[in-house]
Amino acid sequence: MSRAAPMGGRIFTPRFNVLLALGALSCAILLWRFIVGLGPTTGMNDGYPWGIWIAFDVVTGTGIACGGYAMALMVYVFNRGQYHPLVRPALLTTALGYTVAGASVFVDIGRWWNAWKVPSFFWTWNFNSALLEVALCIMSYIMVAWIELSPSFLPKRFVRYLEKALPFLIALGILLPTMHQSSLGSLMMISTKVHPLWHTQLLPLLFLISVIGMGYAGAVLEATVSGRAFRLDPEWHLLAKIGKAVSFCFIAFLGIRIAGLLLNGFPGFGANGMTLLFVAEMALFAVPAWLLLDERRVRDPGQLFVASMLAVLAGAVYRFDVYLVAFDPGSTWHYFPSIPEMLVTIGFVALEIAAYTFIVKVFPILPRPARSNP
Amino acid sequence: MERRNLLKVLFAGGAAAALPAAARTKRTAAPDSVGMLFDATACIGCKTCVVACREAAGLPPQAKDGMHDVQTELDGQTKNVIKLWKDEKNPAAFTYVKQQCMHCIDPACVSVCMLGALKKTAGGPVTYDKDTCIGCRYCQVACPFNVPKFEWNSATPQIVKCDLCQARIARGATQPACTEVCPRKAIIYGKREELLREAHRRIDAHPRFYVDKVYGEDELGGTSVLYLASVPFTKLGFPDKGTRSSPSVTESLQHGLYQGMLTPAILYVGLAAAVIRNRKKDKEGDE
Amino acid sequence: MPQRKLIERLEAKGLSRRDFMRTATMAGAALGLAPTFAAEAAQTKRRPSVIWLHFQECTGCTETLLRPSHPDVTEVILETISLDYHETLFAAAGHQIEAALKTAMKENAGKYICVVEGAIPAKDNGIYCKIGGRTALQILDEVAGNAAAVIAIGSCASFGGVAAADPNPTGAAGVPQLFSKKPVVTLPGCPANPYNLLGVVLQFVTYGTLPKLDGLGRPLFAYARTIHEDCPRRAHFDAGRFADRFGDEGHRQGFCLYKLGCKGPVTYANCSLKNFCEIDGAWPIGIGHPCAGCTEKEYAFRTPMFETVPIQRPTPPDTYPPIAVEHPRPSPVAIGFGGAVVGAAIGAGVMTARKLSAEAKNEPGPSKEA
Repeated sequence: MSRAAPMGGRIFTPRFNVLLALGALSCAILLWRFIVGLGPTTGMNDGYPWGIWIAFDVVTGTGIACGGYAMALMVYVFNRGQYHPLVRPALLTTALGYTVAGASVFVDIGRWWNAWKVPSFFWTWNFNSALLEVALCIMSYIMVAWIELSPSFLPKRFVRYLEKALPFLIALGILLPTMHQSSLGSLMMISTKVHPLWHTQLLPLLFLISVIGMGYAGAVLEATVSGRAFRLDPEWHLLAKIGKAVSFCFIAFLGIRIAGLLLNGFPGFGANGMTLLFVAEMALFAVPAWLLLDERRVRDPGQLFVASMLAVLAGAVYRFDVYLVAFDPGSTWHYFPSIPEMLVTIGFVALEIAAYTFIVKVFPILPRPARSNP
Repeated sequence: MERRNLLKVLFAGGAAAALPAAARTKRTAAPDSVGMLFDATACIGCKTCVVACREAAGLPPQAKDGMHDVQTELDGQTKNVIKLWKDEKNPAAFTYVKQQCMHCIDPACVSVCMLGALKKTAGGPVTYDKDTCIGCRYCQVACPFNVPKFEWNSATPQIVKCDLCQARIARGATQPACTEVCPRKAIIYGKREELLREAHRRIDAHPRFYVDKVYGEDELGGTSVLYLASVPFTKLGFPDKGTRSSPSVTESLQHGLYQGMLTPAILYVGLAAAVIRNRKKDKEGDE
Repeated sequence: MPQRKLIERLEAKGLSRRDFMRTATMAGAALGLAPTFAAEAAQTKRRPSVIWLHFQECTGCTETLLRPSHPDVTEVILETISLDYHETLFAAAGHQIEAALKTAMKENAGKYICVVEGAIPAKDNGIYCKIGGRTALQILDEVAGNAAAVIAIGSCASFGGVAAADPNPTGAAGVPQLFSKKPVVTLPGCPANPYNLLGVVLQFVTYGTLPKLDGLGRPLFAYARTIHEDCPRRAHFDAGRFADRFGDEGHRQGFCLYKLGCKGPVTYANCSLKNFCEIDGAWPIGIGHPCAGCTEKEYAFRTPMFETVPIQRPTPPDTYPPIAVEHPRPSPVAIGFGGAVVGAAIGAGVMTARKLSAEAKNEPGPSKEA
């Protein structure tokens, strides 16, 4: 089993500087946003009160970041020790992704100065609200993920104290995403404005299953990209096996979704744009599910990469559809993110990548390469 | 414990947590709760209610196209608006409709509000507390009537919606501003039960005049603001989404999932046990 | 006898110039005539002959003419015209009055004004109304046929009125329905407003023309608008203040009588603007009784007195927002930018995949195996 080690190397590469610049741009835009409000800076409106900062940064972003969750499940619950080296980098993606999601929530809410009341004013908690559960879970999970990662950052003596608590933290790190990722699905159940092909009581289950698949695909992507960037030569065979997990999840997703729709007589199905979108979405799940089912189909790393990208795309499209595209407040309302809004999201993702690059270069996250680094 | 059994327990817990549970009981209106009745056939579109509401709520006039005060839609500065429906085929056929918060009996906005900034008071009105609100706008996503609006152009935005003039009534008024000024008594205020009876009396007295339905009687769990019209309600922008309130569907799920945090607790115990066992196995394997 | 001016004739009768000028000005204003009308009318020497026929009538229209006294409309009219035949006002009867009729018709053939009061029965050849052995139909045909102008005064003469109410056993109808040789000015009302007749007569006497008429022959100066449009109680209607029962508080306060069956919204007449005599408020609504719609064929003597009528509301202007208000569409620039970003991401992904495949091909080895 290879051990984790810092990758070393120059930090402020041109690519890194570009990422920082994008991050700085988003900070400048956010300063403007806090002064003038969300209206002039984003495309959100009363018809579409949630935009890409929620639908992408939070819902999709945490979904992709669920690599840590998925890998922890695989390694610590199903005891597939051979994947162990992949856990820590996946966990970093998770910690960073959830931190970005948390930051996105903070800049999205209108009365942010009251945000501290969410975890502390427990007597005002409305337990009927799925969003409360999501908020508390995400807040906790951000902490748990960083704590789980902390052995990479902390001196050895602190790590020994952590070792005792680690199993409980790991278990928490599996429980929390299970809760809030399914709740991200139940969030949209309250709304009568979601198209019937997406609006179902199965939303929590569908979100959970798809996110586990997305998480595995995300872990594969992360391993692939970082492997290529740091010349790590990942074990493609192992990754292809993880791909299989994606496949199982997606097949379960497709089966449950279709069964649910069949039971309701496929409401809203007909010769219309939404049906077309539904079919495209299902195809987007089916293709990577089929590709990743047999290792031989993804023998080539490039093919594995494409299949994993498609899998992540499928999960992302599904979430976008539930939150934005299949959300219909009335035909006279329209939404598309504004350019500053998109730049903020891009900036956040850029900062996330920059942070990842920085951390893996300085701290032991990625497994030491099989061959020495030139 | 056999690993297989453990896994079964975990999966069962997880799956059960994600499946819908039994529906919770239907909420009904409190006995003396108040509401309003709007009779679209009596409304002459004078918009006195719009002006009165604006003044009572301390909101500024909406200047537009050189006109002093033109309210076209509920928004961050409009809690009450009059809209016009015209029959495209027959211009002589038209009706006005007043839009404002419906003060649902089982409000979706109240159900989703994280810290309870939106509350369903015992008297009937749904009220808003800006000090508890964090501006997440989930209420806007949830409301089937698109009622709560947001002050998008403010650095300190609030959610804006009708609250049946609670401040005014606290200062001694007997009814909301709109019902007080309506010259045709098209919008009236009173106990919801009595208003419902009056609405049905009107339908029975003029059977061919009204659509045979009091909108809000049981739509989406029932609302405190009731509507009468001579035109189908869907034409007037009212949603046709059945009689079950959305909270009655989702809350059963939430409760099923998290009854006293039991399922999560069980799941957690199972997970922790699995992790500890597996790590022990690894250590034993290493030795 | 040398022709005297109208004003001289009136002054001889004791009517003051001021009274006449006032009346004529009022009538002229209602007719929409020039301000000089009163002066011109005063100076006119023309004094056309009027033959006033009575058929199925109650004589209410004549009586209403006699009621005002300040000024005495009857005096004015009687001096403005030469009343050569009138069954109620003439002392003569029988053969004497028939002779008067014949003489008047012969002397003024083609120049007299024929005023008809009352409906004409048409059933069974019109035998249900005979005067001097001749049916009303025959008399109408003969007298109106030779007249310069025909005026049907009152609802009965205009469209049948009460005489034509269901089941209409005599087949009663108004003048326009039975006589089409000449244009007929109808002045419906039960009774007709005497000032309307005055206006028509004065215009004809002064200028020799008849006022503009609507499709039913009613002068527009009096019948273009509904009672509802000019009702003094309209503010109560608009504010929603109604009398619900005779004698209740609302009734005592003079509130709108719509709920008591007022036909004002569907009745074209000028009773609300010009009451029936010089006493202010001398008209049905003024004394607290809902308008009965007596000028309207569909409502008078046909719909129940206290049944409410539908209100025709004006079509609202477009300043009202529609049910679904259009909201701003996203900018094409933003959509383009978004598309470009997504495209770039997909492009980067494809390139990475290609590079991965290429690198894998260049590095065969044990690392590929488990």
